[in-house]
Amino acid sequence: MVSPSTPEQLSPSPFTVINVGAELFAEALRAQGVTVTSVAWRPPAGDPAALARLLADPAIDRANEIAVGRMLAAEPVLVDVQPAGAVIPLFREAQGGYALLHAGPPISWERMCGPMRGAIIGACLYEGWAGSEEEATHLAETGSITFAPCHHYDAVGPMAGIVSPSMPLLIVEERVHGNRTFAPLNEGLGKVLRYGAYAPEVIERLRWMQEVLGPALSRALRHIGGLDLRSLLAQALQMGDEGHNRNKAATSLFLRQLAPALVETGTSSTETASVLRFIASNDHFHLNPSMAAAKAMTLAGANVPNSSVVVTMARNGVDFGIRVSGLGERWFVGPAQAIQGLYFAGFGPEDANPDIGDSAITETAGLGAFAMAGAPAIVQFIGGTPADALRYTREMYSLTVTTNPQFSLPTLNFQGTPTGIDIRQVCRLNLPPVINTGIAHRLPGIGQVGAGIVHPPMECFTAALQALADSRQSA
Amino acid sequence: MVIQAQVRRRTYVDSIALMQIATALKGLPGVENAAAVMATEANLQLLAEAGLHPGEVTAGAEDLLLVVQAALPEVARQALQAAEELLTARQPTSLAFQDSGSPATPFTQPPHSLEEAARRQPEARLAMISVPGPYAALEAEQALRAGLHVFLFSDNVPLQEEIALKQLAQERGLLLMGPDCGTALLNGVGLGFVNVVPRGPIGIIGASGTGIQQVMSLIAQQGSGVSQVIGSGGRDLSREVGAMTTLAGIRLLLKDEETRVIVLVSKPPAPEVAARVIEEAASGSKAVVTCFLGADHEALEQRYGSRVAVAHTLTEAAILAVQLAASPSSYHTATTPASTIAARLERLRQTCAVSSANGHLVGLFAGGTLCDEAMQLWSTLLGPIYSNIPLEPAWRLHESSLTALPGHCAIDFGADEYTRGRPHPMIDPSLRLQALETVADNPGVSVVLLDLVLGYCAHPDPAAIYAPVIAELRRRGPRPALVVSLCGTEGDPQRLSAQAARLQEAGATVLTSNAEAALHCVQLLYEQEESGGLA
Repeated sequence: MVSPSTPEQLSPSPFTVINVGAELFAEALRAQGVTVTSVAWRPPAGDPAALARLLADPAIDRANEIAVGRMLAAEPVLVDVQPAGAVIPLFREAQGGYALLHAGPPISWERMCGPMRGAIIGACLYEGWAGSEEEATHLAETGSITFAPCHHYDAVGPMAGIVSPSMPLLIVEERVHGNRTFAPLNEGLGKVLRYGAYAPEVIERLRWMQEVLGPALSRALRHIGGLDLRSLLAQALQMGDEGHNRNKAATSLFLRQLAPALVETGTSSTETASVLRFIASNDHFHLNPSMAAAKAMTLAGANVPNSSVVVTMARNGVDFGIRVSGLGERWFVGPAQAIQGLYFAGFGPEDANPDIGDSAITETAGLGAFAMAGAPAIVQFIGGTPADALRYTREMYSLTVTTNPQFSLPTLNFQGTPTGIDIRQVCRLNLPPVINTGIAHRLPGIGQVGAGIVHPPMECFTAALQALADSRQSA
Repeated sequence: MVIQAQVRRRTYVDSIALMQIATALKGLPGVENAAAVMATEANLQLLAEAGLHPGEVTAGAEDLLLVVQAALPEVARQALQAAEELLTARQPTSLAFQDSGSPATPFTQPPHSLEEAARRQPEARLAMISVPGPYAALEAEQALRAGLHVFLFSDNVPLQEEIALKQLAQERGLLLMGPDCGTALLNGVGLGFVNVVPRGPIGIIGASGTGIQQVMSLIAQQGSGVSQVIGSGGRDLSREVGAMTTLAGIRLLLKDEETRVIVLVSKPPAPEVAARVIEEAASGSKAVVTCFLGADHEALEQRYGSRVAVAHTLTEAAILAVQLAASPSSYHTATTPASTIAARLERLRQTCAVSSANGHLVGLFAGGTLCDEAMQLWSTLLGPIYSNIPLEPAWRLHESSLTALPGHCAIDFGADEYTRGRPHPMIDPSLRLQALETVADNPGVSVVLLDLVLGYCAHPDPAAIYAPVIAELRRRGPRPALVVSLCGTEGDPQRLSAQAARLQEAGATVLTSNAEAALHCVQLLYEQEESGGLA
């Protein structure tokens, strides 16, 4: 029996009131000269009783502090570029059989969207597993190819995210916790494999990347002893990038830091020039290193028992999946959503594929839309104003555990970006995180048709919340 | 006839505001019916039952759904547009993405959660919570954890959650008023449905909103005043909850220097709870008045009469409290049934014994406790009183029988069956007005009693609604007699005397004591018999 304590004296009059619910009550208080803050309430998502328990659970708060502490401490350094077959265990385990990585949560060939299927056909042609589209499709349909999410091998791929053994992968070494993460090299815009294109010029470019670009980057990176991506991203954020949809500054910084070493370690000036020209002509070249860095940060925060921090958000064009630090490798999925955005000339919403790609790892790490306040130019994609960019970032602070002082935003008085999405707050506020993203054409091979913003489906978070509640109950 | 619907995705607006919008739409020319609801499964089902199914529209619990039924498509379209404008005018309380504040202003959007509001406003001391029941406990718990006292208006909070919340409040030294708390007044600030009264020596703790409003209004009318009013919620005095809020309130009032008299207002508590509450209240130096409507008052007087004043009605509670506040030595004399109510009841009892009533008495109430009090008085004089909240199970009245009345009736329009999907009758009088017309057309009905409650949050001008209807009924004929139990004060935004004058002018008898109004009705019932006999 709790001994009943007495409520302390009521506050001195007049006091301030917070109103949640009917405005009628707030108006009556204001009529009496009382200061009232009205909450823009909406019903929480998921089971309110479970949510109340989890919000009051100090073990979760402690675990979250550990998880975000690790995320913030992570030091991602880009150290090398190597063929995927040499660094991804799946390709060794496949033992002569065919295997491919793809973006998002696990999915079978039957359920894959157009761009992902196109990219798989392209990968089969590129690897020489098939001589034609029909042969490649046959391989996939007959189950001759093992598919696995990039995330299962600590890799991240934009859009379709298809990685095959011969493709060069960026290797990021996380120096504090000792993880290694991977991402393919960015092919540029237009007809590219990650949007499902597999025409001869696509395959030809992949070969050049394998034979020329990859080895050149590898030599240069080894030569300079690695590139500190956290510092590079911090600078890029102050130059108008948000690290997902705008990568101009990061690409420029990357080129500036690596160009001398590319020249010094180059095999011929023609070849070096082709490498420099390729990077310089692609504003999104640094998206992939940024993704690998974001993966390294979030991986550092993964697998902290009881933590409710999101460590993966990824889409395969059909499903959106999240993984939560305290819930291990389990995916919580819901349908990939339509993207609200602007379309390139000649395209419209009817052409769009639902949300696709591993690039939402940037938001998971506190970049992308979470850093939109620092990249006002981006909001033109959604017909917004710089004030909207500030608003998106501000809103995300209510979902996250902490701010990242290393990624500071000049427009918000150098406040750090919101970092460490807490599924409890997502459900509490019924406010899914915001993600900046490109829009893929739903048919393979056409490429990017626009860009905009998208939200994960709430069911990912309500299912994860329930799983966390169950695990706390049985603990 | 066409039905048109429109969906606002991921927009939440509270149900009171939505119902007001729906009411406004129904008033538009050419609009047959209209609804504005959050598209929950329960609401969609209600729409289907009301013949307002939106057809092909897909909407979920997070989406706001507007449906209009109109004679012409153009009318329906215009009504939907009008609804959009009403909703937009309500910003920023809904969460549509329309904020475009400048970077210089730090908080251009309203806070999205109670916790966020508390962080922004560290001086806040109290949370006013009126979200739908299933979410109320979550909000209340967050408020308590943020160190806020809570006024919890929401009902339908599970009993176990109420107990857990009250335990948490106890641990934190905070006051949790509710759930289902309608009225409070703390340090001169009225919360919820509350009358404007002078500050004074009487502290009130009550489980019922309208019961408290009646007592505080009558205290003010006698020229006295109120120190604090603490609402406990309807279940606080149950065995399960064990009066946690009431006991915390009593301790607060015992420590409060301004308070000289403590009034406890509720339905009969569980016996062991009553003992604890009365012991606690009488443990200090303050006079105590209990008003447990429907309790065995003789037993209470026998057991506690030497320590507390036992009031039988809300009016007596107010009279006793004012007497005790003025002269604490009057304590024992005050407990004798000297009040006018008791004397009048006795006289009427004699009348009833020798003659029989002509016609039926019908009470149409907005306040459940006022309805209960009237029924208690009536049943001792008239026998069975049929009601939707009957004193005896056998006296249950069903909604459909409003046209054919089985006898004397009292209907609580604030009960769940009348407030599902529409605002409380204290805010929206339309349903009760309909009932008034139906009942007045019934030649068997000779007296009708209406309660009107003034104060904050109530209808801004009930006389404007009721006086014309009363005047029209008077033009049609002398019967039924119309009596208004008007609960309010001069300080109320609607002003008691102004409301009373207009109702009287229209032809109603207006009394500010509900008990007196109830007894007056009985008297009219017998007077009418006599005049009927002479005719």
